[in-house]
Amino acid sequence: MSRVQYNMSLAGQPPQALSMWQKFFVFIGLVGLSILLLATFNVNFPNKGLWLFLSLGGISVGTIGFSWALYGDKQAGIKNDGVWFKSISSKGILGWVLGVFLTLFYVVLYFYPQYIGLNSEGENTGLVALFDPLSKMLSGNPASQWFMYGTLYTISILIFGIKFIWKYRHSRYEIIRTSSVMFFQTAFAFIIPEFMARLNGDSLQLPYYDLKNVWPLNYYNFEQYRIDGFLNSGTIGFVLLIFGIISIFIITPILTYKYGKRWYCSWVCGCGGLAETAGDPFRQLSDKSQMAWKVERWVVHSVVVFVTLMTTAVIYSYLDYDASKYWLSKDVFLGLVALLLTLVFGWAMLYRREELQKDAQYGAIGYFVIILGLVGIHYMFGSQLFIFQAETLRTTYGFLIGSVFSGVIGVGFYPIFGSRAWCRFGCPMAAILGFQQRLFSKFRISTNGGQCISCGNCSTYCEMGIDVRAYAQKGQNIVRSSCVGCGICAEVCPRGVLKLENDTPKGRINPKDVLLGNDVDLMNYVNNK
Amino acid sequence: MNHVVIIGNGISGITAARHIRKNSNKKITVISAETDYFFSRTALMYVYMGHMKFEHTQPYENWFWEKNNIALKNAFIEEIDFQNKKLTSSQGETIMYDQLILATGSITNLRGWKGQHFEGVQGLVSKQDLELLEKNSKNTQHAVIVGGGLIGVEMAEMLHSRKIEVTILVRESVFWGSVLPKEEGKLISNHIESHGVKILYHTELDEIIADDNNRVKAIKTKQGNIIDCQLVGITTGVKPSISFLENTELDTEMGILVNPFLETNMPDVYAIGDCAQQRQSINNRKPIEAVWYTGRMMGEAVAQTICGNPTKYNPGNWFNSAKFFDIEYQTYGWVFSKPDEEYSDFYWQDPKKERALHFQYHSKTQKFRGVNSFGIRLRHEVADAWLNNNLTIQQVILQLPEANFDKEFSRKFSKQVQQAFQEAQSPQL
Repeated sequence: MSRVQYNMSLAGQPPQALSMWQKFFVFIGLVGLSILLLATFNVNFPNKGLWLFLSLGGISVGTIGFSWALYGDKQAGIKNDGVWFKSISSKGILGWVLGVFLTLFYVVLYFYPQYIGLNSEGENTGLVALFDPLSKMLSGNPASQWFMYGTLYTISILIFGIKFIWKYRHSRYEIIRTSSVMFFQTAFAFIIPEFMARLNGDSLQLPYYDLKNVWPLNYYNFEQYRIDGFLNSGTIGFVLLIFGIISIFIITPILTYKYGKRWYCSWVCGCGGLAETAGDPFRQLSDKSQMAWKVERWVVHSVVVFVTLMTTAVIYSYLDYDASKYWLSKDVFLGLVALLLTLVFGWAMLYRREELQKDAQYGAIGYFVIILGLVGIHYMFGSQLFIFQAETLRTTYGFLIGSVFSGVIGVGFYPIFGSRAWCRFGCPMAAILGFQQRLFSKFRISTNGGQCISCGNCSTYCEMGIDVRAYAQKGQNIVRSSCVGCGICAEVCPRGVLKLENDTPKGRINPKDVLLGNDVDLMNYVNNK
Repeated sequence: MNHVVIIGNGISGITAARHIRKNSNKKITVISAETDYFFSRTALMYVYMGHMKFEHTQPYENWFWEKNNIALKNAFIEEIDFQNKKLTSSQGETIMYDQLILATGSITNLRGWKGQHFEGVQGLVSKQDLELLEKNSKNTQHAVIVGGGLIGVEMAEMLHSRKIEVTILVRESVFWGSVLPKEEGKLISNHIESHGVKILYHTELDEIIADDNNRVKAIKTKQGNIIDCQLVGITTGVKPSISFLENTELDTEMGILVNPFLETNMPDVYAIGDCAQQRQSINNRKPIEAVWYTGRMMGEAVAQTICGNPTKYNPGNWFNSAKFFDIEYQTYGWVFSKPDEEYSDFYWQDPKKERALHFQYHSKTQKFRGVNSFGIRLRHEVADAWLNNNLTIQQVILQLPEANFDKEFSRKFSKQVQQAFQEAQSPQL
């Protein structure tokens, strides 16, 4: 319990000011950060390993210490006091400054890595060079801008993960889920790929592979250089390639059926991991309007179509015409793609038509016709597959979706659009998992009878911009394709109305017009109408 | 076209409007002087605490009303001419109705204390109260809250979030002792105190003392103690907001008297929500229920009646929920604070965590009457079925795991409760 302040000017004001300890840890963190900044401006530190350690150590101690100062003396429970009073978390001036800073960082990282010291010809300089000692220790190679980024990314998830756990320490679901995200980032995204790179030699040419990154999130997984790398690396390479394929076609559908897409989006995924930890202070900024939901559905599904076309074109481009050399020829491949799309489309239209909104049906039919039309034109007239060059499609996708959307907008705009803008509007993986979650899964958020008081905490703190309250106040379960299962709606609910659970698909969607508690006749009357 | 006018845009009035729209194409006008749009009153505390902005408390986007052809009008109705079906606003505007639904809600029940009109004395019911609290708490170091109930604890949490010292005056020996049995009253009292909020038990307000500017500077308790404070929160309950209906032909008592169809004594005039008073109370419920969901149910029922399907307001089993700082509370059926000879209690409290269950059941028949839960979420559907199917306490305890609505991976409690129940049932050695 913090002491009451007898300072006239402070009492009764929204508590915005930092305590002594908070200021102290902000200072430590800023010292760590300024070492990185100095390196960016080409201050050449003598003992790079030591300075890197000091910098990352300062940032970590600063963040974790700050969390302690923020939550340590408070009892376990919801800690949203003052969220909308603080400049950083309410699109105030601090939020905008941070947003611009992050965006600039991403622009440099993706498009101008030479400015932060990347030098593929000779020695690295500046910021990237600061990370050389760590990179050499792990993989034996000098750092790249991606290694630098990966290190900072992993550290962010770890230290802000600790902050998140502190904040939600009353909930075992949140503790376990966050630990999972921290583990998968550190082990699968960071350490294992670096060690795999260390193993590479003449007999092994494994591409950099974050095993938990499933196509289409890693849209490049089936590009020629990677396939060559896999196939030239003996059994290990072959197993990895097969793993990549069954990840999306077998593992993903099974897990999503059983647990919803949360098994990936908020338990495993790196993008989700950053959003759930470092992005947590911004979750309330997502747009909850119905308009935003409409935009989301069109944009994210268009990205799925785009990535499907692009990947098909890329694989097609390096396959052979002649089926006698290798069974998977250009024609066989195209046929398989067409068959798969037809099966998925046919199943959804035949068995799940009732659950698709009108615009979803039109969209699905439209896209389906376009894709098959393009394939047909290609067969009949022998024109370029999908009109554009495969390479053009690939670079356009990589630039627009891979870099601008997921990085620059996705993370750079955390303080403006909330932490899940990429996951919601741009991620094709989330859209595919969401499609399945909506139509073929046991997961739902159950609503507890008539207890909802429409307060709006659930909707406000939904990072995916779902208007949770709209369902809860009607007594409906929430079955939305975009739900990543972070569980925060169930945390902030003051009346215990929401519960994430996996149960039988039957009765999962329960439209009720009248809530539990009214007499039975009335319920029957309205529900049977 | 038939014109339905609804006075009050709270949960009752808005639910009625929405359901009338669903079932008819009548012209609908909702009148309120409080806000332009419907908002969730129960969420006011979160706006003050910075969890939400005021707009987040509005369950529908602003375009919703026009799209559904529900006219919203910001006006204060001063006079109702029941004979000519005519309303007059404070601006002198007149509005004709064919059917009138009164859903005017409630106001803070000031009990006539000396000094209750001073600046810095307030309740917490309306949006205006929230704005007033923002103003009143600005230079407040110490606030006194009168009355230990649900609004009382909300107000304490709000002020506490702004680092204002809070003292609550409570008439009983535990917090909310008029409703909570001693055991959980103690649990909740301890929890509130653990946050640094002071509770004075067996203490009632005698008078409010002001400075030269008519601003609160202290209160005096009935024991004669003076407590310095700059803010007095009155949370001893609410009463129907019907002062503008006094001296009319409308039959009122504490609230507007209605029959089970929510009809008043005047033709085509209905009353719902906090302002309605049942002529005959329904299943142990109070004749005036100022609860979120009862307002909603009355709105649903009256909409049916108005759309030609006469429907009684017939609430099912009693339930409710609340939150005391970090402890969630739910109740299903009846658990009374006063000991009752015919009924027995089974209380379980986790020795390690702040969570508890309190069951009451008929001693002779063993029939389950109700449960209070603290720090545990119970499934409404299951608890409701227990009550409807007249289960015995033994059956309820056995089925406890089915009622568990706690978040995934939460520490289970059923086994401990079952064990404790068995021990309590076995004859004392």
